[in-house]
Amino acid sequence: MTVSLEVGGLGNSAQAPDNGRHVAHSVWWSFFIRRVGRMIITLLVVVTVAFVVLRLSGGDPVRAALGPTAAPEIVEQRRDQLGLNDPILVQYFSYLWGVLHGDFGVSLITGRSVGDIVVSRLPATLALSFISFFVVLVVSIPLGMLVAVRTLGGKRRGEEMVFAGVTGFFSSVPDYLLGVMLVVVFSITLKLLPVAGNDSAAAFVLPVAALSLASACSLARLARIEALNTLRDDYVRTARGKRLPNRRIYLAHVLPNMLTAVLTVGGTLLAAMVTGSVLVEQVFNWPGMGTAFVQAITTKDYGIVQGLAIVYAAIVLLVNLVVDIVIALIDRRSTLLESS
Amino acid sequence: MNHQLRDFLRSPLAIVSLTMLLGLVVLAAIGPVVWRDAADATNTDAMFAPVSAEHWFGADALGRDVLARVMVATRLSLVMALVATAVGALAGIVLGALPALGGKRIQRFASAVINMGLAFPVLLVAMLVVILLGTSKQTAVIALAITMVPSFARLAQTLSARVGGSEYLAAARLLGISPLRQFTRYVLPNIAEPIVVNVTLSIGAGLLALSSLSFLGVGVQAPEYDWGRLLNDGFDQVYTSPMAAIGPGLVIVLAGLAFGIFGEAVASSLRSKSGASIVRVDALGEPPRAVPDDADDSNAASAAAPSTPQPHTPEVLLDVCGLTVAFPSAAGWRTPVKDVSFRICAGEIVGLVGESGSGKSVTAMAIAGLADPSAVVSARRLTFRGQDLLSLSERQKRLVLSDMGVVFQDSLTALNPAMRVGAQLAEIPRIQQGKGHADSASAAVAALAGVEIADPERRAKQFPHEFSGGMRQRALIAMAEMSEPALLIADEPTTALDVTVQHAVLSLLRRECAQRGQAALVISHDIAVLGQLCQRIIVMYRGEIVEDFDTALLRTPQDLRHPYARALVESVPDMNTDKSVPLATISETMFGGEAA
Repeated sequence: MTVSLEVGGLGNSAQAPDNGRHVAHSVWWSFFIRRVGRMIITLLVVVTVAFVVLRLSGGDPVRAALGPTAAPEIVEQRRDQLGLNDPILVQYFSYLWGVLHGDFGVSLITGRSVGDIVVSRLPATLALSFISFFVVLVVSIPLGMLVAVRTLGGKRRGEEMVFAGVTGFFSSVPDYLLGVMLVVVFSITLKLLPVAGNDSAAAFVLPVAALSLASACSLARLARIEALNTLRDDYVRTARGKRLPNRRIYLAHVLPNMLTAVLTVGGTLLAAMVTGSVLVEQVFNWPGMGTAFVQAITTKDYGIVQGLAIVYAAIVLLVNLVVDIVIALIDRRSTLLESS
Repeated sequence: MNHQLRDFLRSPLAIVSLTMLLGLVVLAAIGPVVWRDAADATNTDAMFAPVSAEHWFGADALGRDVLARVMVATRLSLVMALVATAVGALAGIVLGALPALGGKRIQRFASAVINMGLAFPVLLVAMLVVILLGTSKQTAVIALAITMVPSFARLAQTLSARVGGSEYLAAARLLGISPLRQFTRYVLPNIAEPIVVNVTLSIGAGLLALSSLSFLGVGVQAPEYDWGRLLNDGFDQVYTSPMAAIGPGLVIVLAGLAFGIFGEAVASSLRSKSGASIVRVDALGEPPRAVPDDADDSNAASAAAPSTPQPHTPEVLLDVCGLTVAFPSAAGWRTPVKDVSFRICAGEIVGLVGESGSGKSVTAMAIAGLADPSAVVSARRLTFRGQDLLSLSERQKRLVLSDMGVVFQDSLTALNPAMRVGAQLAEIPRIQQGKGHADSASAAVAALAGVEIADPERRAKQFPHEFSGGMRQRALIAMAEMSEPALLIADEPTTALDVTVQHAVLSLLRRECAQRGQAALVISHDIAVLGQLCQRIIVMYRGEIVEDFDTALLRTPQDLRHPYARALVESVPDMNTDKSVPLATISETMFGGEAA
């Protein structure tokens, strides 16, 4: 009886192919605005969910933080201070207002503001994550290209197997585990590098290695596959036909064309590395947001947990946004511009 | 047993990973039974004991054997990962695949929800679940399951969108088959395989994620323990007995690896089913090479000599003798070019004609040093301007070959999509002749103007996709002419173009060659096109040269020696062709025996 209705909904997945790939400025701006808008909405949802969750969590968060032995007056006083006795909508909007002004809440135990923690600890976290990401890009892309060039057309099978085996193994070693092993080998056994802190260049070596190795390996695998695909493209043969030196062919013709796919995945890796830094910081006692985060979790200080979780979420969303924009700028015919 | 499964079970990846997985399952089954007592036995003498024959991984703060505890923890670690993946995958697949049955609006909404979920950082989800439910093993499992939902949903969504738009589902709808039955009978079977691969990989990733949650202290709580918890405990004593941390760590890595390799093995077996199998070159034996000199040169010589002598004997520019090209394939070595010999003199325009697969393009690319990297190119003699191309080093060869320009087939893919057209031309003088940026750029603009591209300054700044097909082909000709080569090789320069543009491009080619006194080798499947352009035509059939004749002979095809060449020339319609009879065609049987 409803056959005709169902048929009506049929043509849904057939989308018209884009006609004309000329990318005008207006297309780019509409992409930009759409993409920023999406990030803001996601961030709003993140903040709202975080707010609701903290209110829904069983029992009284202040009681949970201060412990069962705290006097009822102190608990009540802290609840008043935190505005927890206001109507829920008032609380929500004052919370949103606060987040907009960089106020991510306060510690339920000490009353110290999350903003302070962020200001003092964010630089160390960002330094660790971004240096690691830089290392990932600098190692994985040339390595992947090199192996692709050397194993092109089924040559040097042994080398290809070694590459696949080594990168396959290390890309599945979690960063914090690698961190533990690096500490054991280089700090405890060989006594070569410091085990904790970030006060010297040498102190960066192990944390950066721990955070970047797995990502570098998986990105190198992808870079090799992308480079192999690109090397098979006709325009690479054209470049050879122009009798250009190999170096020029790889840098000017292969690299730009494999970069879109590599950066897309690289962006998700960077986002994962920002959150992965939480555990690595814990291993190396790094003075970043991660150690504060873990400490807050252990002491059940959910005010800090919530605030820092939002900050991490914002960083991840921002990274994703920047990566999308960079890709759209590099790849003139990016599908991102047309559908997103 | 079915064939594909047997092949799969024989692959080394599958054998290794299945053995490891089997080991894990056995450990999970017997671990708590066999090692429970040893794992729980406290021993004050062995507190923080280092590695010994008795304690392979050392002992913990209460003197309990860490290895025994790792064995016992196998079951809990594995079960948690399996449950989380099962819940996450199921919820994700339902969320992703069901909207395919609904209308456009439902799909849009589901898509928006999934996108939002994918944008949600995993850590945030986990922490929110922890805040909501407290720290426990259930919390960890639920948090992991929730973080898996969006990616499974996205996968199922992409896959079922493909199915949802398919003809057979439309037919099922018309037949009034119930949505549930549509889902179970039509949608699910078509999305099952990639999902199986992803589930396997997710279990491995889940193991690692759960252990990291326990390591953080938000997962399994004492007195229970999984691998992550043991690692956490071990890390506290990393200075006294590092093995207590490394031991559980190694087991976590190995377990994660087992699932990872298994997923890879399944995926590669699915890939090989779809035909993209990898050929093992070393298993094929020696590739077929050019027949050596002493075999018989008479045959080659007769093929090499043009059937009509040139009025005067000019310099021989290109000398090809016994060229053979072999490719590895699943069925052994394939030789699309067999013992091909010909010469091109300075200023001579030669056509190379043949049907698709006759080896004409492979011949041209092998001569130009642009054969596929897997190809094995050999020849008795291959000289260009008197230089032996086979014995030159890579660098010298590049120098010699810069005097041989190549115009490629299919102008869209032959240009670099990420580089402005002007830059693609300018890099030739800039890199080869070391000219400055400005000089090279103006040379590129001049070259574009030379092939009659209007408004060359503006065009030079555009990307290839902003050009029309005819313009791209002109740009490719301009590119090949940038270094003013002595020989131009044009591989089907007009195939992708419509007839009027074809004409313009051909007359451009002819004019360029005449102006510069260039020789050219023009490849086409269209003998009529070559007749207008060339002085000599070479006919290739099944990888061999069967005819090499003066273009004048096109009028008297009966004088051609090889039946294929004769048939080819006779099949070209002209003004005198009788329109009442069907056009002449060439059948395989006419000379199949002779050519094979």
